[in-house]
Amino acid sequence: MASLQSQDFARISATTSRPPDVRNDFAVAKLIDVSKCIGCKACQAACLEWNNLREEIGVNVGVYDNPHDLTPNSWTLMRFTEYENPESGNLEWLIRKDGCMHCADPGCLKACPAPGAIVQYKNGIVDFVSENCIGCGYCVKGCPFNIPRINKADQKAYKCTLCSDRVAVGQAPACAKACPTGAIVFGTKSDMIAHANDRIQDLKSRGFKNAGLYDPPGVGGTHVMYVLHHNDKPELYANLPKNPSISPVVELWKGVTKVAGLATLGFAAAFAFVHANIARRNEVTRFDRIRAEEVIDEEAKHGRQA
Amino acid sequence: MTNSWTDIKNTDLVIIMGGNAAEAHPCGFKWVTEAKAQRGAKLIVVDPRFTRSASVADYYAPIRQGTDIAFLLGAIRYCLENDKIQHEYVKAFTNASYIVKEGYGYQDGLFTGYEEAKRDYDRSTWEYEIGSDGFAVTDDTLQHPRSVIQLLKKHVAQYTPEMVERICGTPKNKFLEICKMISETSARDKYMTSMYALGWTQHSKGSQNIRSMAMLQLLLGNIGVRGGGMNALRGHSNIQGLTDLGLMSNLIPGYLTLATEKEPDFESYMSKRQFKPLRPNQMSYWQNYRKFMVSFMKAMYGSAATAENSYAYDYLPKLDVPAYDMLLTFDLMHQGKVNGYFCQGFNPLLSLSNRGKVSKALSNLKFLVVMDPLQTETARFWKDEGVFNDVKSADIKTEVFELPTSCFAEDEGALVNSGRWLQWHWAGAEPPGEAKHDTWIMGQLFVRLRELYRKEGGAFPDPILNLNWPYRDPAYPQPDELAREINGYVVTTVKDPVDPTKTLLEKGKQVAGFAQLRDDGSTACGCWIYSGCYTEAGNMMARRDTNDPGNTGAYSNWAFSWPANRRILYNRASADLEGRPWDPSRRLISWNGERWTGYDVPDIAPTAKPSEVGPFIMNPEGVSRLWVRGMMKDGPFPAHYEPFESPIANPVAPKIRGNPAARIFKGDLAALGTSDKFPYAATSYRLTEHFHFWTKHNWVNAVLQPEFFVEISEQLAKEKNIQPGGWVKVSSNRGEVHAKAVVTKRIKPLTCDGKTVHVVGIPLHWGFTGAAKKGFGPNSLTPFVGDANIETPEFKAFLVNVEPSNGPVVS
Amino acid sequence: MLHEVSRRQFLKGTGTGIAGSAIGALGFGGSETALAQAVRPFKLARTTETRNTCPYCSVACGVILYGLGDKSKNAKSAIIHVEGDPDHPTNRGTLCPKGAALLDFIHSETRTKYPMYRGPGEREFRRIGWDEALDRIARLMKDDRDKNFIAKNKDGVTVNRWTTTGFLAASATTNETAYATYKVVRSTGILAFDNQARV
Repeated sequence: MASLQSQDFARISATTSRPPDVRNDFAVAKLIDVSKCIGCKACQAACLEWNNLREEIGVNVGVYDNPHDLTPNSWTLMRFTEYENPESGNLEWLIRKDGCMHCADPGCLKACPAPGAIVQYKNGIVDFVSENCIGCGYCVKGCPFNIPRINKADQKAYKCTLCSDRVAVGQAPACAKACPTGAIVFGTKSDMIAHANDRIQDLKSRGFKNAGLYDPPGVGGTHVMYVLHHNDKPELYANLPKNPSISPVVELWKGVTKVAGLATLGFAAAFAFVHANIARRNEVTRFDRIRAEEVIDEEAKHGRQA
Repeated sequence: MTNSWTDIKNTDLVIIMGGNAAEAHPCGFKWVTEAKAQRGAKLIVVDPRFTRSASVADYYAPIRQGTDIAFLLGAIRYCLENDKIQHEYVKAFTNASYIVKEGYGYQDGLFTGYEEAKRDYDRSTWEYEIGSDGFAVTDDTLQHPRSVIQLLKKHVAQYTPEMVERICGTPKNKFLEICKMISETSARDKYMTSMYALGWTQHSKGSQNIRSMAMLQLLLGNIGVRGGGMNALRGHSNIQGLTDLGLMSNLIPGYLTLATEKEPDFESYMSKRQFKPLRPNQMSYWQNYRKFMVSFMKAMYGSAATAENSYAYDYLPKLDVPAYDMLLTFDLMHQGKVNGYFCQGFNPLLSLSNRGKVSKALSNLKFLVVMDPLQTETARFWKDEGVFNDVKSADIKTEVFELPTSCFAEDEGALVNSGRWLQWHWAGAEPPGEAKHDTWIMGQLFVRLRELYRKEGGAFPDPILNLNWPYRDPAYPQPDELAREINGYVVTTVKDPVDPTKTLLEKGKQVAGFAQLRDDGSTACGCWIYSGCYTEAGNMMARRDTNDPGNTGAYSNWAFSWPANRRILYNRASADLEGRPWDPSRRLISWNGERWTGYDVPDIAPTAKPSEVGPFIMNPEGVSRLWVRGMMKDGPFPAHYEPFESPIANPVAPKIRGNPAARIFKGDLAALGTSDKFPYAATSYRLTEHFHFWTKHNWVNAVLQPEFFVEISEQLAKEKNIQPGGWVKVSSNRGEVHAKAVVTKRIKPLTCDGKTVHVVGIPLHWGFTGAAKKGFGPNSLTPFVGDANIETPEFKAFLVNVEPSNGPVVS
Repeated sequence: MLHEVSRRQFLKGTGTGIAGSAIGALGFGGSETALAQAVRPFKLARTTETRNTCPYCSVACGVILYGLGDKSKNAKSAIIHVEGDPDHPTNRGTLCPKGAALLDFIHSETRTKYPMYRGPGEREFRRIGWDEALDRIARLMKDDRDKNFIAKNKDGVTVNRWTTTGFLAASATTNETAYATYKVVRSTGILAFDNQARV
C-alpha cells in the first residue's frame, strides 16, 4: 500500500506513541436502523464475501440465527428476538445486527497487550492487525459487547473491521452497501446522527414514543450506532447492554502488558515509554504498578477457575 | 406488475397479502421502505405467519391460508357499504354500469351453468346484455338490478366482518381496521399498491385471489396511477420473459394463443379473435391480432409462411385440451404416456406437488434430458440417496443426460423483471469445464434433429426443415441475432399506398415498434409486445441512462419496458374524464387539449380524446372489468372456496369441496387427506436466505440457513410435546418428511368456524444435492391439484399431521 | 490451556512486534508503516468490471462482476467478486443475501461441468462427450416423434402434434435463449411445453 486516504491512527495498542496529527479526518459511523431491518442477512452474506470468510455450515437449533453466535469467521450476525409488547399487545420481531461497535473508547484496545495489534484510526475505526496479534484473548475480555473471537487455527483475534480496506478507498462497508432496505447506512458520524434524528421522529409519529439513538456514552460513544424503537430498553434487542463500559479489570490489565513490554525493551526504551505515558495526551490510562499486580492475582485465579 | 419497483416509492399505502416481499424480494422492498420514510406511507401485512415483512409493518393481521377471497370480498363490501369508492373512476373506467344478461346468477357457492360431472360450467349466461346496435347495454345511473355494480353488492353481501372472521380467523377488529385504512385510498389523491406473489397464485382459486384485489383496486381508483397498481412480484429473474415469449403449452409469443383442433384453418382461428369493440368509438387494441400473428409466423417460418398456405398455419400443433400444463403432463407421464422429457433449468422432482407421484412419473420415461448449471435432484431422481431419495436405481430404466450450462455470469442477453423491464447483461467469464451456453445446446440439438429429418425423412418434417433459422452459425445462434428477430424486421419493402414514391418500410431494417407490423407478410416479429426493444437505433435494452425527469421513478431511458417502453400500464386512468390528473402532485400523463403528454408513454392513442375513448384499450369494452363475463373458468365474480384440503367445511357453501371448477385427476382426488387424520393447516414458502433449490449449492447461503425446518406455534408445540430445535415428523396423505422444529410466537392458532386451527409452516429449499444439509421439502406432502384457470398447484394450503420424532433414519 | 498458550505467544509476540512501537516510543514516528500493516489492500483495485443482472428473483438487481485479469489473451478470466451496481435504478447498489453471495453460485462445488450420462438401471452418472450426447438425444427425439406424432385427429382435422415428449423451459435463461427454445420446441409439434411461472 503506497498511500492511504483519510486515515490515520488515533491509538495503537500497548504503545504510548501518539501519531502526529497530520490529518484532521471526519469521524465515520455506521448507523443501523433496527426499525427498517428485515433480518434478511444480506449484511452477513456481504461480510463473508467481502472478507473471503468461510463459516462452517451449521445446523438449525430452533431459531433463525445462523450461525448461532459470532465466530472468528462471522464478524456480524442477525439476532432475532420475538417480543410481545405488553403495552400494545402486538408481537414485535426485533432483529438486531450484531458486530463490533467501534467504540470511541475501545475496551479491546485498552486490554490488548500486543503492541500494534489493535489500532484506532482517526476516523474512529477500531481495527485488528493480525500480524501483531498474539491471540491472548484479552480483547475479548476487554470488550463490553462480547465481540472479538479467537481463531484456533492461527490463534489470532478477529472481528469486524468496518471494512477499513473499503473505507480507505472511499467506499462504504460491504454490509452497508448491500443492505436492501437502507437499514444500514454509512457516512460521517455527524451525518449519521442527523439521519438518525429523522428516523426517530418518523418512529415517534408511528407510536414508538421511546424511539432513540443508541450511542452509549459509557464507551465514549460508538462508530456503529443503532436506531431503536425502544431505546429505553436496549436489552430487549438480544441483550444489547444498557450502559456498556469497560470493566475495571480491563482498565488495569494493560498496565501489566506495559510491564512485560518494558522488560524486553530495556531501560532506555522504558524511560521513553514512561516519559511518553506521562507526557502525551493520548495515553491509555495511568500506569499503576500496585493495582496491576492485584489484577494479575485476580486474573490468575480466574484463569484457574476457567 | 402494472407498475414498477421504483414506482412503489410513490404510494400512500402498501398492502402485502399473498406475498412476503421483504423476504422474497428484499431489494424491491426497499421502495416500500422509501415510501414509508419519504411519504409517510403505511404498510399492512396480512399473512398466516408474522413474516419478516410483518416485522416492519405498521399493521399486521393473521389470516388462514386459502381464505383471501373472503377477506377481500369483505373489504369490497365494507367500501361499498361505507361509500368509500372512487365514484368517477368506477363509473367511467369500470364496467360497473354494464347490464348483465338475464339468467346469470349465483347460489350456494355455484354460478349458473354448473355441470358437476365435468367439474365445469356452461358459461353461456355469463355475458352482457347486447343492444340492437351490437354494443353492450349500460345504465349510467348504476341502479339497474342487473348492472354489474348492483350484482356485486349482492354478491359480497354475505362477507360480513363476522363471516370474514369465521372463515379467515382474522379477528373482526383487525379486519375492520385494515378495511378502514384501505378505504381511505378511495380519495382521488390517495393510492394503495398491492404487492402479491405465490401466496395468492398457488391455490386452486389463485387467479380469483388476484381478481378480488384487482376489483378492490378498481373500486378505489388505484389502477393506472403512480403508487397504485396490481404488482405481481414474480418469482424468477426471467419468468416474466418466458411467459411473455409464450413458453407455455397454449401460448404464442406476446400472449397470442395457440389454436385448438376446433379451429382447423387460419380463418376459423381468426374469427374467434376479432375483439370487436363493445362500445361505440372504443379502441380495442387486440383488433391488431392478425398483424401480430402473421408477423410471428414470418419470424418462425420465413419464406415458407405465405399468404397461400395461411402463413404455415398447419405447421403449428393444435390443442385437444386447454393446455398440456405441468400437472397434466406429469399425470400422463405417471400413466406411462410420456416417453421423453427435457428440463431446461428446472427441478420438478422438488418443485412440483406430490414428489412420490413425480418420482414414479419420471421413472416411466425412456429418456430425460436436464440442462442446468447446477447438479439438480431431478437429474438424479434415479439415484438411491437413502431416506433422502429412497429409490431402487436398478429398477429405473430411464436414460438420463445431464448437460452442463452456463450461469448468468457467463452469458449475455436480456431478462425481463416483474416491472416488465427488458435489461441486457453481459458475460464476465467463460462457463466452467465443458459447460455451454443454452443457445449453443438448443442450436446443436436443432441442427442435428434437422439433419436427421433431411437424411431420413419421417413424420411431418416440414416445420422442422422449414423453420426460419438464419443465424450465422446455425448451431450457435447469438443473443444479438435473436434479439433483433424478437424485435421484428421488414421482410419486403412497403411503399406508401397514397404516394408510391415514398417508402414506408425498407426491406432488412428493424421495425421501430409494433405499430409498424403488418398482416400481409411484409414484416416479421418474434414477439410483438417486445417490438421496439432493438430498433435501427440499436439495443434499447442495453440503455443505462439514470435520469428520471420529475423524479417519478419511471427511468424511461433505462433499459426498455414493454409495451412500447411504457412504465405504468393503463396510465390513461391516472387522469379524469377531462384528462386532468386525479392527483396533480403525482401527474403521470395529462391531456393538453390536443394530445396526451407527460412522464410516461400514454397507454392510449396520443390523440384519443379523454371523454371519448376508454382507458382500458386491451378490453373491447374500453373499461376494466369488475365482472369478467365468461373469461374465467370458475366464475365472473370470485367466491370463497376452501382449499381442497381444509380443516373446516366451507361456511358459505358447506357441500362444496375445493374449487368446483378446478380439475383434479382421479388418483389425486383419492389421495386427498381429511382433517380427522391430518388436523393441521400447512403452508409452504420461501425464506429470504435462499432462492428455491439453487442457493443450497452456495456455501454462504447454506451457512445462513443450513437445515430444513418447520415452524409451529408455541401452543401446538406444547400440545404435541415438541421441543424447540427438536425433530418432528410431518406427514400428509401423500408422504412424510423429517424436520427441525422452530417453535415461534410468530405463528398463532386461529379460530375458524368455531374450531382451533393450527398453522404449520414448511419452507422449501432443501434436497439431497448441494452444500447445505440434506433435507426434505414441502412437496413430498403437497396435493396434486391446480388453479381452475391456469393450473398453478395448490402449494399454499394443505393438511398435515405433526409428531415429535427422532429425525430421519440415515442408513 | 488457552491462558498458557497466550502467555507464551505473548512473549514471543513482544519479541517481534515491539520493534515498531519501540521506535514510536522513541519518537521516530512510524505510523505510516503501522498503517500500511493495518489496512488490507483493496482487492478490486485492478479487476475487470462487467455489468450483469442477478439471476434470482424478478427484482432483477443490477450487479457488477469483478473479474480477474484484463481479458488479455493469456489471462483466463475468473469472477472474484460480485457487488450491486450503484447505477441501477432499482437496487442502487444493494443486494439481498442471495445476491450478495452470487460468487458462491458461480463457483459452486456442485456446478455441472461435463455432460453426464446414466444408462437404464445404472447407479451412477458417467462422463459422455458432447457429440455423443447430442446425437443420442436427437435420435431419441426423432424416434419418439416419428412413432407418436399425430398428424390428424380422429375427425380428420390436421393437428400436427407430438404429445409423448415434453419440454420444461427455464425461468432464468435470457429472452434470447427462451426464443430460440420456443422456435425449436414448437417446430417439432411439442405441446407439453411449460415453464416455471407456476411453481
